[in-house]
Amino acid sequence: MATTNEYTPSTTTGRLANFVDSRVGASGMVKEFGRKIFPDHWSFMFGEVALYTFVLLLLSGTFLTFFFDPSMTHITYNGSYVPLKGIGMSAAMASTMDISFDVRGGLFMRQVHHWSALLFVASLSVHMLRVFFTGAFRRPRELNWVVGGVLLIMGLAAGFTGYSLPDDLLSGNGLRIIDGVMKALPIVGTYLSMFFFGGEFPGVHVIPRLYSLHIMIVPAVIILLLVIHLFMVVTHKHTQYPGPGRTNDNVVGFPVGPVYAAKAGGFFFIVFGIVAFISGLFQINPIWNYGPYDPSPVSAGTQPDWYIGFVDGALRLMPGYLGNFSFEWIIPFPWGDNTLVLSVLLPALVPAGVLFMVMFAWPWIERWVTKDNREHHLLDRPRNAPFRTAMGAAGVVFYCVMWAAASSDLIATHFHVALNDVTYWLRILFFLGPIFAFWITRRICLSLQRKDREIVLHGREAGIIQMSPEGGFSEKHEEVDVYKRFLLTSYNDNKYIPAQPDAAGHVSGSEKRRAALSKFFFEDRVAPVTPSELEAAHAAHGHHEVEGEKQDSIEK
Amino acid sequence: MKALSKKRRHPLAAVALLLFGLLVTGSLYTAAGSISEAKAADTTSASVTDVEEGQKLFVANCATCHGMSAEGTADGPSLIGVGAAAVDFQVGTGRMPMQMQGPQAQAKPVQFDDEQISQLSAYVASLGAGPAIPGEDVLDTTQGDAAQGGTIFRVNCAMCHNAAAGGGALTRGKFAPTLAGVSEKHIYEAMATGPQNMPVFNDSNITPDDKRDVITFLKTIEANGSAGGAALGNLGPVAEGLFVWTAGLGIIIAFTIWLTSRPS
Repeated sequence: MATTNEYTPSTTTGRLANFVDSRVGASGMVKEFGRKIFPDHWSFMFGEVALYTFVLLLLSGTFLTFFFDPSMTHITYNGSYVPLKGIGMSAAMASTMDISFDVRGGLFMRQVHHWSALLFVASLSVHMLRVFFTGAFRRPRELNWVVGGVLLIMGLAAGFTGYSLPDDLLSGNGLRIIDGVMKALPIVGTYLSMFFFGGEFPGVHVIPRLYSLHIMIVPAVIILLLVIHLFMVVTHKHTQYPGPGRTNDNVVGFPVGPVYAAKAGGFFFIVFGIVAFISGLFQINPIWNYGPYDPSPVSAGTQPDWYIGFVDGALRLMPGYLGNFSFEWIIPFPWGDNTLVLSVLLPALVPAGVLFMVMFAWPWIERWVTKDNREHHLLDRPRNAPFRTAMGAAGVVFYCVMWAAASSDLIATHFHVALNDVTYWLRILFFLGPIFAFWITRRICLSLQRKDREIVLHGREAGIIQMSPEGGFSEKHEEVDVYKRFLLTSYNDNKYIPAQPDAAGHVSGSEKRRAALSKFFFEDRVAPVTPSELEAAHAAHGHHEVEGEKQDSIEK
Repeated sequence: MKALSKKRRHPLAAVALLLFGLLVTGSLYTAAGSISEAKAADTTSASVTDVEEGQKLFVANCATCHGMSAEGTADGPSLIGVGAAAVDFQVGTGRMPMQMQGPQAQAKPVQFDDEQISQLSAYVASLGAGPAIPGEDVLDTTQGDAAQGGTIFRVNCAMCHNAAAGGGALTRGKFAPTLAGVSEKHIYEAMATGPQNMPVFNDSNITPDDKRDVITFLKTIEANGSAGGAALGNLGPVAEGLFVWTAGLGIIIAFTIWLTSRPS
């Protein structure tokens, strides 16, 4: 890489730079990477927020490890928080209390760590929603979508293992639920629980074990996946929204050096500032309120952090009995009866499983149904992919119903409704919500597409009311400019593809299923305006042919 | 001892054993019962005129539901034996007279002055022995142990009132209210009488000293405020999650829009 011929720099800085460059070849990398173009849009920045909050998590987390004692040894608290003075608790809880009340800046760092954790998973989620709704996961980015999904799961794992570490009442209740889910598994359940907790719950081993996972394994996996993720972003180049001059073969935006280096560097400090601002002014996870963990008390308002909430909500929604039908099955085995507790296993594993399976498989499902194996570097406006947007909305509603169920008690007290009614309504919405969301979202998308067609063919409403000589009123329509028209007409149009016979002339079962799905997705569709339609519309309006009409063509 | 074991097959042995057992159980029960009864009986003595005035107030304001002589009707329970503490709590926090029938009586502006409340209490206390209005010594939070009270609170109260006493939901529209801003006397009376859906924590269950510890704990955490900044209602992770999705992401999005506002 480095071409060290006869160049001799004259200044000290130059000599230093040349010394380094001739050995590591940095200038080549800067030349290559520094001229890399990234498109500019606010919705492209959530991944960056996730990255920066992760850096914050590493920094604040390292600070916390200096003072945290991950041990379940029983000691008596003697720190400065009076309402817990003289109370027995684990060393983990006591050291967290010390971080909060006796370490200078400790409470602030704890709050930075916890608020950035919440923001980390939130920005990951929003980033994934952006990628999904704009179709950025299509070829060649399917694998990066999967890596992103695994990153989300690792984010949840990091969050949950960290949430349990202080060994306070709230997190202990959370671990008890994990213990319950493990024990609901038939045959292996009790063994699994005993193995995980090193004996009967809560035991004395689980906090040190979770600590090892939380500070070593999980962050290491996240860093590894992050590197793969970013490497693939560089390889694939960034996607961009459609617009004049933006094609599948170019990227329109600013280069990394100097624009994005400055913007991204500045943005890191902005995120840092926002998190510090929130952490300084808003309390999070006040473990001194909850007190040390003790398996007997369970506080009202016990919830997990927001990202685990949907699983907690599913557990809350699940009935133990349906009429006379019990979800707790006793299965006779040769060695005795084993219990299969479906009222715990179904809600704890199935909704999350379905959600993540569909999420991971979606790029392949879409490719299979649409038979679209082309590379896509231009994003879809969500309205221009009504089937995908509707599926996404159904998934979001499915998630949010469970999410809301996790706060059913707070909904009941704050909106003055009965807790039971909240549960009944959410149970109905659990099944009907996604269906209605799909249907309504698809209709909204199709209507928006029709509105776009209307604007292209007949112009936009100018807001100018004209009176004709006869006294009739009409609104003037203004033709949209050629750039706007390009945006409204050039989109990826998926059509219903009937079942195709294979080489032997046979229509396979899976092909029939694909065709049925394709019909379901694309039966109702609004086609983009074609040049001939536009011409006909202009002729009807008495216009002459418009300049630049050729480039509006969608047939590429 | 040998003589006793020889007689164990005597026809009357079973009867004797039964009698012995009943005697032991009975005397233990009386002993245990007299502890709480002793407390219940020492109703603060009130003048006859207080009782008479209280009866007038009762007939005018309470009898519709509780009956002319507090014997109870289909709309309200009997008040005989509920004690002065129950009246002082229910009327003193504005829960009674009730605005309307519902899952539970709601706190609202207090309708009577202190004298009227004490007259009403005196009247109801005169109907039968019940928990008395607590004296100053069991309400003095300077003598209580906040840490001990916190432990009692977490084991007995937090499942409904929330570990930070922020309140919580119960079934079918009932709820446990927040304990912030409730006076020492009313907290004590609530524990002693079990208003609405709350269980009774009598003196043999949580002793007056323990009740004072609980009150001390509640008043300590109230006075301490929240160490880490705005408490977001002391509602735990739901409030925190809601905050990060609205305010947190909101500020972030505002900045991303600002950073990318120059069109490329």
